[in-house]
Amino acid sequence: MRLATLDNVDMRFGGQAVLHDVDFHIDKGEIVTIVGPNGSGKSTLLRVLLGAQTPTSGTVTRLPGLRIGYIPQKLHIDPTLPLTVRRFLDLPRRVPEDEAARALDHAGCTALARRQMADLSGGQFQRVMLARALLSNPDLLILDEATQGLDQPGSAAFYRQIEQVRADLGCGVLMVSHELHVVMAASDRVVCLNGHVCCAGHPEQVASAPEYRALFGTGTHGALALYRHEHAHSHDHDHDHSHPHEAAQ
Amino acid sequence: MMSLLDDFLVRATLAGLGVALAAAPLGCFIVWRRMAFFGDATAHAAILGVALALAFNLSIVTGTAVLALAMALAVTALSGRAQAVDTLLGVLSHSALAAGLVAVSLLQGVRVDLSAYLFGEILGVDRMDLAIIWCGAALVSILLWARWSALLTATVSPDLAYAAGLDPRREQLILTVALAITVAVAIQVVGALLIGALLIIPAAAARAFSRTPEGMAAWAALIGATSALAGMAFAYRLDTPAGPTIVCVAAGIFAVASMVRLARDAA
Repeated sequence: MRLATLDNVDMRFGGQAVLHDVDFHIDKGEIVTIVGPNGSGKSTLLRVLLGAQTPTSGTVTRLPGLRIGYIPQKLHIDPTLPLTVRRFLDLPRRVPEDEAARALDHAGCTALARRQMADLSGGQFQRVMLARALLSNPDLLILDEATQGLDQPGSAAFYRQIEQVRADLGCGVLMVSHELHVVMAASDRVVCLNGHVCCAGHPEQVASAPEYRALFGTGTHGALALYRHEHAHSHDHDHDHSHPHEAAQ
Repeated sequence: MMSLLDDFLVRATLAGLGVALAAAPLGCFIVWRRMAFFGDATAHAAILGVALALAFNLSIVTGTAVLALAMALAVTALSGRAQAVDTLLGVLSHSALAAGLVAVSLLQGVRVDLSAYLFGEILGVDRMDLAIIWCGAALVSILLWARWSALLTATVSPDLAYAAGLDPRREQLILTVALAITVAVAIQVVGALLIGALLIIPAAAARAFSRTPEGMAAWAALIGATSALAGMAFAYRLDTPAGPTIVCVAAGIFAVASMVRLARDAA
């Protein structure tokens, strides 16, 4: 089932094109990752999809009644605002105790319920954000650089949690990330963005695409070398290469 | 004679109480959203509203509400453009205040005691004023209560609000309207220059005692009400202006609350 589609989306801020002619879609149950250098419009694409930003031109189609769970890149909660984790889960709608407890458990942060949001560590904060996103029983989970500031084991654990959530809820998951190797291993589809969609498809295809290499080089973090090695024999899967322009039709 | 005295003091006290109760929860949002200077600018614009009301024979409440709302909307519309928001607020806030003072002095045939509008004249509150103040306060409270959860979500993060199907711009507009109403009813009580204080200080003091947003709003209301009552009592005993005295009491409570918080954090 198609959850959301972008067609020919252009986004300009003060004359500067951030997104140009972007076609994109996401289906129920798939994990899609957007990769791209800084300033390539990744967060903007998410915000357009959320409805937080109206594109300059092009169309955004969301499944009617689509429930979105959103985990933003960086959420600064002002220390002047007293807010316990439990109360935070009640925004914008109050949730029953057992539901809140289940969501906290799902996100692996049961012990935090009575803590102040402003006092949480980065990893704790992201787990609380995940718990809150799960409360709405989302069809689509959107994560913008959700593991920024987490160490390697921390972010690996977080992504395992995400896969678990996908398995439990059957929701679509859309992520933006810099941690290419971790994310790509967990993704069904990767979209490489640099203002426009450079290439898209199965993670191994994208990792070996010339457009992708031109953006990220071949030896980024050593991780891609590892990646290419692992998938050195999978280059003949051209048949399921879905170029986004075709896929969006 | 005694009952007359009691009467205007009671009216003044009730007026102060009404404004303090409405300002407290609104002040919390202003603190959380870092809109303190925004509140000030809106209040300063009220002086221009006074001039407008006198020139066109409108009620002071109408004039100040309209100008405060216009100011708040102008700031919202212009922010995020060429100037930083604090610069923009500085320009608009002081320009509106200066223009208001000039406009009042230009009015032909009207003798106005400007200090009443700058610093408030709570002892001059009559029955009609009191009714208007309490209606305004009730309206602000109802607005905030009805939209509380949405306002809070939009305050925590506009993007989370969008994701939940809310429009943070609408919530911002609701706060703006509530602020304009508060300014309009508070100008007689504490005056345009000190409305900001009545919004910010009780909320800031309440932070020390609160674990939830609702708790902070309740504490702010309590501190605001206490300031109004104690401020009126001091003003009567010491023969000082009522509005500034109320603000001084609030400031004193803030100082004590800050020390409590420091002591607790150090422990």
